[in-house]
Amino acid sequence: MRHHLVLRVVAKLLIPFILVFALYVQFHGDYGPGGGFQAGVIFAAGFILYGLIFGLDQVKKVAPPVLIEILIAAGLLLYAAVGVAGILLGSTYLDYDVLRQDPVAGQHLGILLIEFGVGTTVAAVMITIFYNFAGRGREDR
Amino acid sequence: MALAIVRLRHLFAVVMLSGIYSLLSAGIFVQLDAVDVAFTEAAVGAGITTILMLGTLALTTDIERPPVQRQWLPLVVVLATGAALIYGTLDLPLLGDPNAPANLHVAPRYIEESGQEVGVPNIVTSVLASYRGYDTLGEVTVIFTAGVGVLVLLGGTRRRRQGKDRT
Repeated sequence: MRHHLVLRVVAKLLIPFILVFALYVQFHGDYGPGGGFQAGVIFAAGFILYGLIFGLDQVKKVAPPVLIEILIAAGLLLYAAVGVAGILLGSTYLDYDVLRQDPVAGQHLGILLIEFGVGTTVAAVMITIFYNFAGRGREDR
Repeated sequence: MALAIVRLRHLFAVVMLSGIYSLLSAGIFVQLDAVDVAFTEAAVGAGITTILMLGTLALTTDIERPPVQRQWLPLVVVLATGAALIYGTLDLPLLGDPNAPANLHVAPRYIEESGQEVGVPNIVTSVLASYRGYDTLGEVTVIFTAGVGVLVLLGGTRRRRQGKDRT
């Protein structure tokens, strides 16, 4: 793929927009369609496109596998931590009402945080699966 | 299309056809006003899955070996299950029927009160993240487990090989 000039130029043009669109889907999920799951997949798609066009080694420089593996756990832990925060503030697990003074603002904050956790985990898992599938044949040779 | 997928021996075409199928079902979900589901289907089904399948093809081969003998049992099972499912749909309420059980249980409360209780305009988000927070936590755990599973199954060799190089 390294010699396809058109693909490389178009991918370079598209990837920033894909990532921005992923962030839009992530943080605008409260108001329009979308949310953590979709945003994570779109964000990962940006990285996977980069990996397909420029090679696995290049994308691994941008997003080291170790960092991605940490992010897998970090997203889930963020989600669970929001639930624990609800308990510590004197309510039940995953009750966002108590995160702020105003219950509705608390709900907003809670949803934003857990959606971010969902998005992080989904994106990291997708990138990890891609790394492992794409990197497999190469190591055996 | 399903027949083509079954009949084709060239797996590259099969992957492309299933990607197109996912995209078409995303269109169906849009028609049913389930935009969030359509979004997921288009991104995961048509996008990532196709790429992963292509990656698998690059690792293995893209020509399916012809079967040794015709197997009729799977066809019978599929036909029987399909017939049972179609028979089951006969009793289903019509799409969008306001008296359907699914529309009478908790849905009205979500629609009427989530605006005050959660204050998020997209009801899908408020149900997914707030009312059904536990379920979503479970879903994320499933994805987490899938990622860890892939790491353990496929990524393990890399670690071991690196370890050997060092010693």
